[in-house]
Amino acid sequence: MFSLLQIELFKISRRPRTYIGFAAITAIVLIFQFAFKADGESYMNLMLQNVQDSFDLDKSKAINGYFMCYIILNTLLVQVPILVTLIAGDAISGEANMGTLRLMLTKPYSRSQLLFVKFLAAFLFTVFLLIWIAILSLFVSLLIFGTDDMLIFRVKGDESQILQISKDDVMWRYFAAFGYAAVALTVIATLGILLSVFAENSIGPIVATICIVLFFTIVSNINVPVIDKHVKPWLFTSYMVGWKGFFYIGIDNEGQPIKGSLENWPAIRNSLLILIAHIGTFLGIAFYSFQKKDILS
Amino acid sequence: MTPIIEVNQLCKSFDRFNAVNNLSFTVNKGDIFGFLGENGAGKSTTIRMLLTLIQPTSGNIQLFGEPLQQNRKSILQRVGAVIEKPDLYKYLSAYENLNLFAKMSGLKLSKNTLMQQLDVVGLADRSHSKVKTFSQGMKQRLGIAVALVHDPQLIMLDEPTNGLDPQGIVDIRNLIMRLSQERGKTILVSSHLLSEIELIANRLLIIHKGEKVVEGSVKSLLDPAETIIKIETSDNQHAFELLKKWEHLENAILNENEIHIKMHKNETPFLVRFLTENKMDIFSVKHVNSLEDYFLNLTKSDTHVQPFTN
Amino acid sequence: MIKKIACFLFLFFLFQQTIFAQDINVLLANIKTKMNKIKDYEAEGQMKTKVVFLKLPVAAVKLYFKNPNKFKLKTSKGISFIPKGAVNVNMNSLFNEHNFTVIDAGADNVNNVKVRVVKLLPNDDNSDLVLSTLYIDPIKLLILKNKTTTKENGTYELTMNYSKYSSYGLPDEILFSFNTKDYKLPKGLTFDFDDQSAKNPLSKTNKASKGEVKISLNKYYINKNLSDEFFK
Repeated sequence: MFSLLQIELFKISRRPRTYIGFAAITAIVLIFQFAFKADGESYMNLMLQNVQDSFDLDKSKAINGYFMCYIILNTLLVQVPILVTLIAGDAISGEANMGTLRLMLTKPYSRSQLLFVKFLAAFLFTVFLLIWIAILSLFVSLLIFGTDDMLIFRVKGDESQILQISKDDVMWRYFAAFGYAAVALTVIATLGILLSVFAENSIGPIVATICIVLFFTIVSNINVPVIDKHVKPWLFTSYMVGWKGFFYIGIDNEGQPIKGSLENWPAIRNSLLILIAHIGTFLGIAFYSFQKKDILS
Repeated sequence: MTPIIEVNQLCKSFDRFNAVNNLSFTVNKGDIFGFLGENGAGKSTTIRMLLTLIQPTSGNIQLFGEPLQQNRKSILQRVGAVIEKPDLYKYLSAYENLNLFAKMSGLKLSKNTLMQQLDVVGLADRSHSKVKTFSQGMKQRLGIAVALVHDPQLIMLDEPTNGLDPQGIVDIRNLIMRLSQERGKTILVSSHLLSEIELIANRLLIIHKGEKVVEGSVKSLLDPAETIIKIETSDNQHAFELLKKWEHLENAILNENEIHIKMHKNETPFLVRFLTENKMDIFSVKHVNSLEDYFLNLTKSDTHVQPFTN
Repeated sequence: MIKKIACFLFLFFLFQQTIFAQDINVLLANIKTKMNKIKDYEAEGQMKTKVVFLKLPVAAVKLYFKNPNKFKLKTSKGISFIPKGAVNVNMNSLFNEHNFTVIDAGADNVNNVKVRVVKLLPNDDNSDLVLSTLYIDPIKLLILKNKTTTKENGTYELTMNYSKYSSYGLPDEILFSFNTKDYKLPKGLTFDFDDQSAKNPLSKTNKASKGEVKISLNKYYINKNLSDEFFK
């Protein structure tokens, strides 16, 4: 099984499309960093709005490595699903298209083993992608912009808030957030694998997965009460931004943030469980279908 | 003779289409077993069922004397296959492809061994070229190297000469012969060309529209004295049932308008006599000269066949 | 005995009356004299911000003052949201910066302490300061409360509590209240995680709200020849 995983990772590592994701991420992050280094204040002015009428704030301190990473993730984690899909949507269908699926399945492994290894490989790819994002958007940003307290600009219901997290209270939140993002992106990877079980070329499942994710994301972001209440809870994309929950720091009665706390851990935990349930469901259907599938490619 | 493949009443239908219907045959150890049928006759579907790529609708398959489904892993360790065009990983080299499939078979082969394997199929000098730069013939040979990498006892080759130039066809043919003669492999090779099969196979199975037409040794089937007799009677179905009981007959198939019988030409009067004695009116008796003609006629006709073999 | 008590009470009230009746300019001059004893100071403490949309941790702050009117409020680490007008938490510069017309606004009560209310109107028409109202404890010569209206930053209010450093007229605790505008980010800009816990899904009108900053000072270093470096 381990050697099978090694083979899968070897194949992924030798495919040019694997590096599209890494290259795209590198480009996006570098552009972000350059833009903020050049004129981060404009963005800060936009986020602060009229707060500046009442308060003096050293904006250069506010634009630090931690803040940068949050801003980059905010944008990037919308695009990364597409990159994960490029690999996951190709998992089975790509092999079918190349004609190697039938060859693989005549090797002495069960279909479940092969699919599980495909899932593990897609998961590891996702993790590597996130590690790369972490290196660039967090650690490189910390090098370029330095460390300081982190400001979170947030819309909660009808309220807008600015949360300040002490710099020594940030890093664990990033580790947790990246862990959460890994689970969220694994849902996309599993959806890609599931759809790729039914297809014989990789374009179909890749496009279908991206369409589903985009459609759900758009619906998730329609801010209409009826959708918020009745539709959003049923879309897995609503839970994908749950990583932000790790940056919503708990507040005491006096309105002061409590170091090391989370505002709503049960909500994050439930979202995480819902995402894991999606992974389980998608994988379950994929296993069942793949087991029954006649390989005609 | 030890049976390596035993197929019994195998059926596969896709929705309402019967791709393979009631197919039974046996491949013995050391055979080069020719599996003949026109395109779409059900050869690939059958081979895929033998490799567990397709689930049979009914019937059973035994390989090496063991039921295939229950002993899938241990059986597949002893089987190598090339199914239609072997499109390998185009972005990897021949060497990497071979190494990868060796690892998938649980083998850690040295560089020398892998190079020797590539040498067997004449690809040693292109071992580090990417497969996307290969011709169809080279891919086919690499596919065979991949099928052989774990030294299987049974090799299934589905249309191995498809798309090859004449020299490529000769190379593959020679390779199959060598594998059988020098390494004692049992080989099942499918083709839609009788001329292809008759040169290498010792036994032969012809299928048409998923059903068996004829099975036997190539020698007997292609004996010039043997012929196919097409006979039309007043009640073909009844005549066919009668013939099943006639001891002189090896096999026959019931076509829509006639019965096809493979037998020695000299036996024709006995056949006519048998049927008339059984009160059958005979409208016509025709001879087809060779198995090739018969096969060609069969593949041109669009009829349902009902075979039997004694 | 009763006569003695009556006499004592009479004298006490007479004394009180005298104090409260003293000329407001004299009172201010006394306060100014008291404050001018301080050439410079450095104070350490914490700043707690209470604004509805700002969730900020308690910040460690340092206050620096040098006569006549240099003042700086610095946080020792991290990002700090310093309310505009916070510079006025330092009363010491007030008298040195402006010339005022002083209006006696009578007496009042601040935390059960009887105070004299003085309104200061700057004579300079271009001054940012519009009006400053001081609530002065005339006995201890301490400013307990100050309401200031400025052109730039509106009206804010300071309440001071004195303890260890009252002899210098330096407060241990300053409560700084001010008006803030409502903070509203456009929805969809931040792609936030909706954990369904928001209580007010329906829109409220855009309104101004009160902000409050409490500065607790635990240590002053007074007249230590503070360098000008701190005010840069």
